[in-house]
Amino acid sequence: MIELKNVDVTFQDGKKTVKAVRDVSITVEKGDIYGIVGYSGAGKSTLVRTINLLQRPTSGSVIVDKQELSALPPKALRTARKKIGMIFQHFNLMRARTVAGNVAYPLRKSGLSKKEVNAKIDELLELVGLADKKHTYPSQLSGGQKQRVAIARALANDPEVLLCDEATSALDPKTTSSILELLKRLNKQLSLTIVIITHEMQVVKEICNKVAVMDDGKVVEKGDLVSLFTAPKEALTHEFIDTATHIHQALEKIRKHPTLLDLSADDVLANITYVGESTSTPLIASLYAQFGVTTNILYGNVEILQQTPVGNLIVVLSGERRQREKAVAYLESNNVKVNTIDSDQTVVSIKNRKVS
Amino acid sequence: MINWFETYFENALRIQPEILNSIWETLYMVGTTAILSGVLGIILGIILVVTETQGILENRRVYDFLERSVNAFRSVPFIIMLALIAPITRLLVGTSIGTTAAIVPLVVGTVPFYSRQVQNALLEVDKGIVEAAEAMGSSPLEIIIRVYLKEGLPSIIRVSSVTIINLIGLTAMAGAIGAGGLGNLAIARGYNRFQTDVTIVATVAILIIVMISQVIGNYLVRKTSH
Repeated sequence: MIELKNVDVTFQDGKKTVKAVRDVSITVEKGDIYGIVGYSGAGKSTLVRTINLLQRPTSGSVIVDKQELSALPPKALRTARKKIGMIFQHFNLMRARTVAGNVAYPLRKSGLSKKEVNAKIDELLELVGLADKKHTYPSQLSGGQKQRVAIARALANDPEVLLCDEATSALDPKTTSSILELLKRLNKQLSLTIVIITHEMQVVKEICNKVAVMDDGKVVEKGDLVSLFTAPKEALTHEFIDTATHIHQALEKIRKHPTLLDLSADDVLANITYVGESTSTPLIASLYAQFGVTTNILYGNVEILQQTPVGNLIVVLSGERRQREKAVAYLESNNVKVNTIDSDQTVVSIKNRKVS
Repeated sequence: MINWFETYFENALRIQPEILNSIWETLYMVGTTAILSGVLGIILGIILVVTETQGILENRRVYDFLERSVNAFRSVPFIIMLALIAPITRLLVGTSIGTTAAIVPLVVGTVPFYSRQVQNALLEVDKGIVEAAEAMGSSPLEIIIRVYLKEGLPSIIRVSSVTIINLIGLTAMAGAIGAGGLGNLAIARGYNRFQTDVTIVATVAILIIVMISQVIGNYLVRKTSH
């Protein structure tokens, strides 16, 4: 649906040359909800703007719906843009127009009669749940409502693609999840392809099926959500995942409370991660039954990513060293990843130290 | 009351038709100049906004040229402008004296000021809205009309009312070159012939015109802001 090939964007700021996007290639399939995460200044907003050519790439090609956009003359480009909806962090609604006026804005010259436009507005407002606000001005709406109007407006020309530039960053958590719910529904109902730019891993976790992580203009890691979440390769990806699972904060908390972490020689602090089916087997119980190792759960977190449960536990494993190692090996053989955590705060993977 | 007025406004009462005529002349100069400068100023203001760096029709050369011309013209004191462009006025209207002739310098004096005001008013339009319009496939002309002018309307009205008040001041000055109007009345009669009551009447008339345009302006701003 969307193909970015070796996209580079370079800005000339006086004598300084700023490379905002470097050699990014991304393929978004029809029906994907594709998340692009990164800290501010990573170049994500610039990247998303190349998809509808609000930002012309310095080099590389942008193909949307089999059309090479950078090759189009202005008029054809404008026609192509009508099929690419976009919503923004600050909603960008027109203050001088009512909700209906905003939604009707992109419908001029669409060949629809006045009556048809009106019916379309009603249909779109119904879709985003704002049918009763038709004649209200944006200044009287809440942030979430404004974003819903923006979504309705972006969908006016029945686009195949919706670009979301930090669309939930100005909203509170509750409103954020309601907007994400709406996007998820639109993705299913209209088989809408969605590209989401965000700095919040929470958002990605909630609705994306694919993710790309950006840093300093480059995509450092990309893949489907579950595998990226469970087996991140890059340090930055790790960092973002931590922000979503709160494992990092939990560890900090545990470390700061000595009472929680009263380890004896036979105790070891570990982070246990499991994906999918292993969730349903009573592993912890078998650790005690088989190896005599007790497990004290200090923190637990389960995410459902694309219908796949992903669990994260911080535990204290207590037992004689050999037994403990056997227990860990048993867990690993059940596709459960175990990371022991040293008290001097470094995380050591013992995955390679399997005991036969 | 009538007696008191007759005592203190003796001259003013005597030349009632002349006062009415002066009011009419002022209104005529203000009205015509406002329409001409309005059109020119809005066009130039728009060009300044769309051609600046990051504008929707970025064009450094056009922008620099306009920007500098506006600054240069704004720097010339109006009373000098009157004299300076007298030859051009004569070329355009055949004479450099009179109400109609005054319109030429008035327009030249008002357009730079007004286009700068319009530029500032349009720059208040959220860049994000312009970007959203571009993303929706709007052409530059469509963005100018349906976004800049529509969204910037309350600000444009506000600066227009400021400009008109400014312009009323200029018409009074144009009186110095025989343009007629209330300014001329106050100077030629009131000041030169020591008829202070005429000056007062002319001042009050100008104040009323200013106040009315302010009230109308404020009303329209309120009406168009949402």
